Parts: sequence; C-alpha cells; structure tokens
Amino acid sequence: MDASLNAELSALLDAHRDRPGALLPVLHAVQDALGHIPPAAVPIIARALNLSRAEVHGVIGFYRHFRSRAPGRHVVQVCRAEACQAVGALELEAHARRALGCGFHATCADGSVTLEPVYCLGNCACGPSVRVDDEIVGRVDARRFDELLAELRDAP
Amino acid sequence: MSRVFVSLDTSALALGAERVAQAIAAEAKQRGAAVEIVRNGSRGLFWLEPLVEVEAGGQRLAYGPVAPRDVASLFEAGFLAGGAHALALGPTQDIAYLARQERLTFARVGLTDPLSLDDYRAHGGWRGLENALALAPAAIVREVTDSGLRGRGGAAFPAGTKWETVRGAGAEQKYIVCNADEGDSGTFSDRMLMEGDPFCLIEGMAIAGLAVGATQGYLYLRSEYPQAARILAAAIAKAREAGWLGADVGGSGRAFDIELRLGAGAYICGEETALLESLEGRRGIVRAKPPLPALAGLFGRPTAVNNVMTLAAAPLILERGAAYYRDYGMGRSRGTLPFQLAGNIRHGGLVEKAFGVTLNELLHDFGGGTLSGRPIRAVQVGGPLGAWIPPAQFDVPLDYERYGEIGAMLGHGGIVVFDDSVNMLRMARHAMEFCAEESCGKCTPCRIGSTRGVEVLDRVAANRDREAQLALLDSLCDTLLHGSACALGGMTPYPVLSALRHFPEDFGIGSQDHAP
Repeated sequence: MDASLNAELSALLDAHRDRPGALLPVLHAVQDALGHIPPAAVPIIARALNLSRAEVHGVIGFYRHFRSRAPGRHVVQVCRAEACQAVGALELEAHARRALGCGFHATCADGSVTLEPVYCLGNCACGPSVRVDDEIVGRVDARRFDELLAELRDAP
Repeated sequence: MSRVFVSLDTSALALGAERVAQAIAAEAKQRGAAVEIVRNGSRGLFWLEPLVEVEAGGQRLAYGPVAPRDVASLFEAGFLAGGAHALALGPTQDIAYLARQERLTFARVGLTDPLSLDDYRAHGGWRGLENALALAPAAIVREVTDSGLRGRGGAAFPAGTKWETVRGAGAEQKYIVCNADEGDSGTFSDRMLMEGDPFCLIEGMAIAGLAVGATQGYLYLRSEYPQAARILAAAIAKAREAGWLGADVGGSGRAFDIELRLGAGAYICGEETALLESLEGRRGIVRAKPPLPALAGLFGRPTAVNNVMTLAAAPLILERGAAYYRDYGMGRSRGTLPFQLAGNIRHGGLVEKAFGVTLNELLHDFGGGTLSGRPIRAVQVGGPLGAWIPPAQFDVPLDYERYGEIGAMLGHGGIVVFDDSVNMLRMARHAMEFCAEESCGKCTPCRIGSTRGVEVLDRVAANRDREAQLALLDSLCDTLLHGSACALGGMTPYPVLSALRHFPEDFGIGSQDHAP
C-alpha cells in the first residue's frame, strides 16, 4: 500500500515541491488525483516538503475543501449562506438531508453522493445554489434537486 | 457568418447557458446557417440569463431568458438578423438596467470574449499598462493616490498609500498578492470580472508590480470558483505567451509574472494575513499587525495585498488619468463600486454605480423589489459581517463615511435582500454560527465568544431569562468588537446588534408580531 501510494504521489510531489509555500498546491494535486488525501499520504507529503506530519495533518484539517476519506461518486454541496437563505436554502438543505438519508460530511447509502455544506458559490442572484462536482446549479428547489439526484444516481 | 453571444459566466451556466449554446450550434448546423458562437462574460442581468445576443445592423441585440426549447423558434423568427420574438429585448446597451449604470471597471465584461487578446486590445486593453511602463514607479503610485481609489475588499484603505509603503520599502524581492477569496455571501463582482475580463485583472496586477517594484504576483482564488480558475489559468498563459507577463513585460525589459493559487474553503483566508499564511502553506491563522504586510508580508517581504476590484480599477486610472476616475463618487468615496443585488430580489445582478447611489434606487429602480413579491423587510449590506439595514434607512447614500455613521459598512458591495418572512433573531444566530464555523481560533473572543453567542441567542429564542440574556449578548458583542484579532470576530457584532436594534420584536422585545 505504502509503496504504491509512494509511487503514485512521487510525480505529483516532484511537480510542486519546489514552489514556494508548496503545501496547498500539493494537497490540491493529491486530492484532485485520488479524490481525497488518505492518511497514509501524510507522512509521504511531510517528508517530501521537509515538514512534520503534524503540520501537514493540521493544514488538511483546517481547510473545509480537503478530505481524508474517499467521497461518494459525486460531491454535492448545498449553499448555506445568507443570499441563498433569502430564497429558501435552509428548506433545500432539509430536503437534501431527507432525500439522501444522510447529513453533511456523509455519503448516502448507495455511495453515489457525498453531501457537504458550502458558504457561498458566488451565484447569489440566482439561488438557492448547489455545486455538483465542478458544476454550479442555480435556482434549485426540491424538485430540481431530485432531478439532479436522479441524474447522478444513474451516472457512473 | 453571424456572431451569437452566449455567456460562460458561472451564473449563466448555472441557469443553463451551456445547453442553450449547444442547442444553437445544433440548430444552426441543421439549418446550414453559418454561426460563430462567442462565449462572453455576463452582462450581469441575471434574471435574463441565459441571455443570447446577436450582432445585427452594427449593434448587439439581446434575447432572454432563453431555454433550449426556445432555440428553434428564435431561428424561425430570424433572430440572427434581429428578428422579432417574444424574448427580444432590443439593443443590449439600451436595456434600462444597463443603460443607467456607470460601468468603468465592468466596461468590457459581457461585451468581449474573455480569452481573446485581440478583443481585449480592441476595447482599450493594455493601454493603462503601456502608460505605466513610461512612468517612474512613484508617478504610477501618485496617479492611483490622486484617483482616490480605496481598497474594494471592504476596509477601504487608500490604495495609493498602501502602494507607496511597499514602494518605499527596501527589499530585493517584493510581491503583489491579489485577494480573490471573495467569500462574502451576496458578492460575485470579483468572480464576474475574473470570468468575463480576466486580462483586466492581469493588467492591474502588472501595473501594481511596476508601481511598487514587485516582480512576482500571486493570485489567491477561492476553490469555490472552479470556472474562474479555468478561465484565469488560460488567461495567464495567454498573457505570458503574448509577452504581457514574464521577463520582458510589453517589451520593456521589466519583469512581472503571476502564479494562480487556489484556496481550500476557508472564509478567514479573505483576511489578508490569513491569506498570506495560506499562501505560505500553513493553516489560515491571522497574524498580529504590525508588522504591516506592506513591510513584512508574503515570506516576510514587502507585499501589496489588494482585492480584485482594486487591482481591476488600476488599468482605467492609468489609461484615462486620476481625474477621470476621481470625478465619479461623493465625499471621500471616489469612483464607482460594482454593487451586487442578491438574495430575494426580482432583478438580481451587477450594478456598477458611482458612490452616492441609495438602496432605494438599487432595490426598487434596478432590482424591481423582491422575487417573492412580498415587501422588503431587511437588507444586509457588505457581506456576512455587514449590518442589517431597515427600510427607514434605504435613503442613506452608499458612501463609506455615511454608512459608517449609521453603524454599517459597504464592504465589498454585496446587497442581500430579505422579504417580510425573515426572522431576524435567526439571522443574528446565523451570524454567530458562521463566525464559530469560520473562526481561525487565534483569539479567544472569536473562537469561544461566537459559540457562546449562539447559545445566548438560543436562550433568547426560548425566552429563558430573556432580559439577562440580552444584557449578556450586549457584553459579549462588546468583547468581540474590541478584543478580536481581526474583522471576523471584530465585526460579527454588526449583523447581530443591528438585527436587535432595528428588529427588536423578533427578539421578543416590544411588539410580539414577529416573536420567535
């Protein structure tokens, strides 16, 4: 496990390790490649950047974007910020929890979707806003959410 | 060949612009019509997105909002030549919402192809930078100082003063850092500019670099903006390839380059010292000031940290001169502010106006009231740390000082509208909850006070010893205001106390109409 992970990470580390303040670019690269930052990657990253494991672990824990566990096949973020609240975001959030049968930072039973909160996607005139992987969707009500969910559950 | 414009802006895409562009391409192919689809930025008239524009008779004509199912009928109506159709809006520039604006920073956004260097050049691009290249650094700074430009991130610190401090600092290496961590709810002007006119920001950063003597810039973009990230990465590469970035900027022999960095979902990284920590590869924990980042910033070097809107104003100031920009605005608030109408608003979007415009004008003349059709009850100006404004104050001019006088702030120009179904105690609680969620943990008032604030407000809502709890809330807010290390803890009392001051009935004081 460690050896194969080492090999997988070495190209990423080589691409970014010499950048000033390289840790965030490295963590982004790892998560983009693996979908998450497995705990076993922490000592490898720490060694490559001459940091302590605690420093790397601390940075991963600080930022909401980084995750240590593999997510579902898709990540759905529901905006909780004020502009979306003004047009029904909290009702949408409650619906999302019911529809997926899970809360925030959890994955629904069939493994298709991980639900996360987000504070603002910059789509504040067209809320409630939802991010599905790298795509932002506006004016999402319960019906639209169910449509999106059906598409995601059918998708690979 | 007909030219058709469909936006690639996040909000346009969020409303289906991609499918509309595909439908137009497919329909054109089927009909054998020669159509070039240009993916422009958004005009910022979001209730009309997806907006489709055509070039006909020497002007741009708009249709919207267009759904894929409308495309066949648009072709049927001869929209490529400006044909009549139920969705026709006439010449884009004559749409009242747009015609009544003063678009300085957003002059090109929505007009051009964001990634076309030819378009950028044809619409006045690089002229500010070319002028700057002919000036001594001190003269560039003086131009910005004389324009009256103040930091658009929220703090409104004079941009020229900041640049002068960095310019005067003796160091081998200095940096420009663009704060594109636009985390305030209700704001999207940075995003719109980065997606719709990225070269403008690149030009502004290059001008800043020349002014202060920095050869390296970092553009710190929040990870919640994937489309802006794609467009900026492409734009930086194109600008470098064309010689506007790199070792020989515009053939001047002077160096400046930009590296794009992504944040990772932390509101606090919009605070400049936390942002610097993040850029250096650490947790986004705020630093004590002094030292000022202008003297000891990124990697300990003199650093100008500026918001996207501040930097994007620089090209115009250098192109047209300080007086041109300064002539807009009122009092000590010079130039324009791109306001963002958000939340429960019928005509949400971007309204760039000179300082001095009022909420009444923005909410009613531009915004058309609420989306729900119910009366506006409360408006939050300046993001999650901004005060709540009641309708009685909607006639106060939007000006840094005038807003300060009423215990509010303009911040980054975000305006979030709520109708009369809002419960303001819940919004006050949300402010405390948000502070607890986003606190970096450095100082006690913010780290612990925010959680205590949620608890106190829950007891107020449950009417448990309400008067004593409200006294406690007041004291807690006083501690946050005066004891926090940065604006997150220091300004969270703004939304909390303004909600209490203007809407006491929601806290169980006085009238019970809105009592929780």
